[in-house]
Amino acid sequence: MHPGIIFFLVILGSILFHIFTPWYWTDVASNWGGMDDTITLTFWIGGGVFVAVCLFMVYCVFKFSYKENRKAEYKPEDKKLEKILTWATTLGVVALLAPGLVIWNSYVNVPKNALEVDVMAWQWGWQYRLPGKDGKLGTTQVVNVNDNNPFGINLDDPYGKDDVMIQSDVLNLENNVPVKILLRSVDVLHNWYVPQFRAKMDAVPGIVTFYWFEPNKTGEFEVLCVEYCGVGHYAMRGGVIVQETQEYNKWLDQQELFSDLIAKQEKMETEKTKLVKK
Amino acid sequence: MSEDYNDNKTIHAQSSETMGGGSAGVTPDMDYVRPAEIADQDLYHGHSFITKWIFCQDAKVIGVQYFLLATFTGVVGLILSWLMRLQLGFPGAAGFVTAEHYYQFVTMHGMIMVVYFLTALFLGGFGNYLIPLMVGARDMVFPYLNMVSFWSFFVAVAVLMASFFVPGGPTGAGWTLYPPQTILEGTPGSGAGILLMCLSLILFVAGFTMGGLNYLITVLQARTRGMTLMRMPLTVWGIFTATVLAMLAFPALLVGALMMSLDKVLGTSFFMPTILKAGEVLEYGGGSPILFQHLFWFFGHPEVYIVALPAFGIISDLISVHARKNIFGYRMMVWAIVGIGALSFFVWAHHMYVSGMNPWFGFFFATTTLIIAVPTAMKVYNWILTLWRGNIRMNTVMLWCLGFIVTFVNGGITGIFLGNVSVDVPLSDTYFVVAHFHMVMGIAPLMVIMGAVYHWFPLVAGRFLSEKLGKWHFWLTFLGAYSIYFPMHYLGFIGVPRRYYEMYDSPYVTSAVGMNEFISLAAFLVGAAQFILIYNIIKTLKTGKPAGKNPWKANSLEWLTPTVPPEHGNWGDRLPVVHRWPYDFSVPGAKDDYITQTTPPSEVSNTGVEKT
Repeated sequence: MHPGIIFFLVILGSILFHIFTPWYWTDVASNWGGMDDTITLTFWIGGGVFVAVCLFMVYCVFKFSYKENRKAEYKPEDKKLEKILTWATTLGVVALLAPGLVIWNSYVNVPKNALEVDVMAWQWGWQYRLPGKDGKLGTTQVVNVNDNNPFGINLDDPYGKDDVMIQSDVLNLENNVPVKILLRSVDVLHNWYVPQFRAKMDAVPGIVTFYWFEPNKTGEFEVLCVEYCGVGHYAMRGGVIVQETQEYNKWLDQQELFSDLIAKQEKMETEKTKLVKK
Repeated sequence: MSEDYNDNKTIHAQSSETMGGGSAGVTPDMDYVRPAEIADQDLYHGHSFITKWIFCQDAKVIGVQYFLLATFTGVVGLILSWLMRLQLGFPGAAGFVTAEHYYQFVTMHGMIMVVYFLTALFLGGFGNYLIPLMVGARDMVFPYLNMVSFWSFFVAVAVLMASFFVPGGPTGAGWTLYPPQTILEGTPGSGAGILLMCLSLILFVAGFTMGGLNYLITVLQARTRGMTLMRMPLTVWGIFTATVLAMLAFPALLVGALMMSLDKVLGTSFFMPTILKAGEVLEYGGGSPILFQHLFWFFGHPEVYIVALPAFGIISDLISVHARKNIFGYRMMVWAIVGIGALSFFVWAHHMYVSGMNPWFGFFFATTTLIIAVPTAMKVYNWILTLWRGNIRMNTVMLWCLGFIVTFVNGGITGIFLGNVSVDVPLSDTYFVVAHFHMVMGIAPLMVIMGAVYHWFPLVAGRFLSEKLGKWHFWLTFLGAYSIYFPMHYLGFIGVPRRYYEMYDSPYVTSAVGMNEFISLAAFLVGAAQFILIYNIIKTLKTGKPAGKNPWKANSLEWLTPTVPPEHGNWGDRLPVVHRWPYDFSVPGAKDDYITQTTPPSEVSNTGVEKT
């Protein structure tokens, strides 16, 4: 069999695989459908180039296989052809880059009304904190973290007192409300990723990083850690539940505030001292 | 040796008057090549077994030593990949592959394949063997340093392999070695393992610098008369430019490894912020984990081209020789190599779009990254345009070339996905990335290495490798590897993260179980197929068909040595004199379909040579 046939079948097989693959992305559940569209566009342009180059190669292999009495063409350069190809490629690259940058621009510019969520990562788990009525998260420090202050909130920060502390590794979000995820880590790198939301960013100890998205489908989603963080990396999962406003508010009302926790502890302290005094 | 060549200058001055051709159109000075300016190189000739084959100063032997040791590390890397695929395709099938072991295998596989296999093999192996021969030098300019370079590499490999046997085992931090986890408990091998890894890298860089200086200065200073820069084979251009990159990029890795070792041993905080571990605040503070990533990728991205550029160069020569046609657009190819090399220092942070660095960098690095696609695409066009109207020998070497074009274009296109910052967001840290870099940086360069082995083996050993075995080797490797990595991209689309020891029962990954099994089976097959080459080499050394001089009818100097395989000193009494570029194939009017670089114009004066 002529080797060209096998190369041709490889190209054909690649196209067919792409068309009929049962493995493809999950339905997007956030505002980042534009990323999918750019991927599709890249598939058309890039895939087109791949198929064209490979088919041309296969054609050459068939057409110009070695014959004793034939001589190859002698043509060191073709300025015009090289120029055309350069500009055509540049054009293709610009066509791909432009939409990519437009989407990136909205990725790095967070809408003003986005709800800030503190996502704190550790080896190996997640915990979440929402701002209270004042709409602002209290500042934090790693050294403050202890059993009585699981998020390390600065006690002298007035914004921190009414923060909502979620007692679970599952975060509830309100459908169609933009969320700004503020990521931090107390130990090593992590990355809070829900495939259906498409967006991700590393959590880096020492700094606060961010990204945003707007969930637009209700339901339950799995959170994966996608930045290698040691031997428990693969088991570092969490969850997100996207709900309509009413259910979301019901859930929110059940959560504990930082001031509740402080009050509880103070009560325990005073009872303890009472006991001691008795 | 110097006594033999004392009258060098006179010999050289005479050799430009070899013009007995007598055909029409010959002018007296058409064969003129300027006289030599420096005396011939003084070489140390080893006489004992040890000085000839072990502590040897002959670049060709050093090249083979590099090749063999790099291949050994490659086999270790291959076996590690089998163990990983065993766990991924059939979780729990091999009970001894715990999560700790899995991450150690991932790490060692990655580091070995990128640094100790590919880099050492292309630059140390092919670079040493081919540079002096191709530019018409007797040896590298600093043979002793060259020998030390190899033995530093040897010690680096020994230290790396030793880390398998220390308490805690080798580091399991991922080949990127991102702190803080790299040196903290919770990551396997965070004690002795990571220190040995850093030490090994430092030794590697030191040894590589010695070799690299040799490659650069040999290319710049020791080219034979007539060998202008624009007459060098693209192989030399590729290796030369890659070495320049390595000289500038490896120091970043070196300081990164050094600073990390200090963080580990002395408790400095270059990369370590305040950290809370198991309820206690560690004695670190104020360092930046992202700083390490910048250092690592300032090395890491040029590293991709340190592997790719020699591959580009070699494949250009192989295609040209076996398509019996000049490489299309030679000047464009040279400038593309140089341009890609220069640009490769301005794209590193495209590995860090979602690292937490200032996201505004994304605009800059996406733009520079996609600009690189233009010269790279030009190279691809020129390869296929070299095939166009060629006279293509469909031998094993050409098959590897064609396999390279398919896998490289495939991997290059998926690179455009990942380079385009917002497209990278959903795909980064998934199997799409794994598939991409294995296709473009694993399989494509491997195709080149294999093509180069089948192409130059007749020179190195004087015998042809078996074509029949070679074709089995090629098809099993190409079809197998393609069916590993092509479908793997789609795992990434689903969102399957890389570096997962096990997937459990995540709803969107259960569908991937069948594919993981298939990929693992293909990986076992492809790995096993590589032993065909080892068998082929052993068999050929015993009973292979003798190749004789210049068996492929190539033009470049390495095929024109007085003896095959070339001896120490390469050129016998006289250095060759170069009159043309190495791509004069199928020149109209010429008797044969090739004109060697040493053929003076007067001998082929009736031909339509355009570029010399």
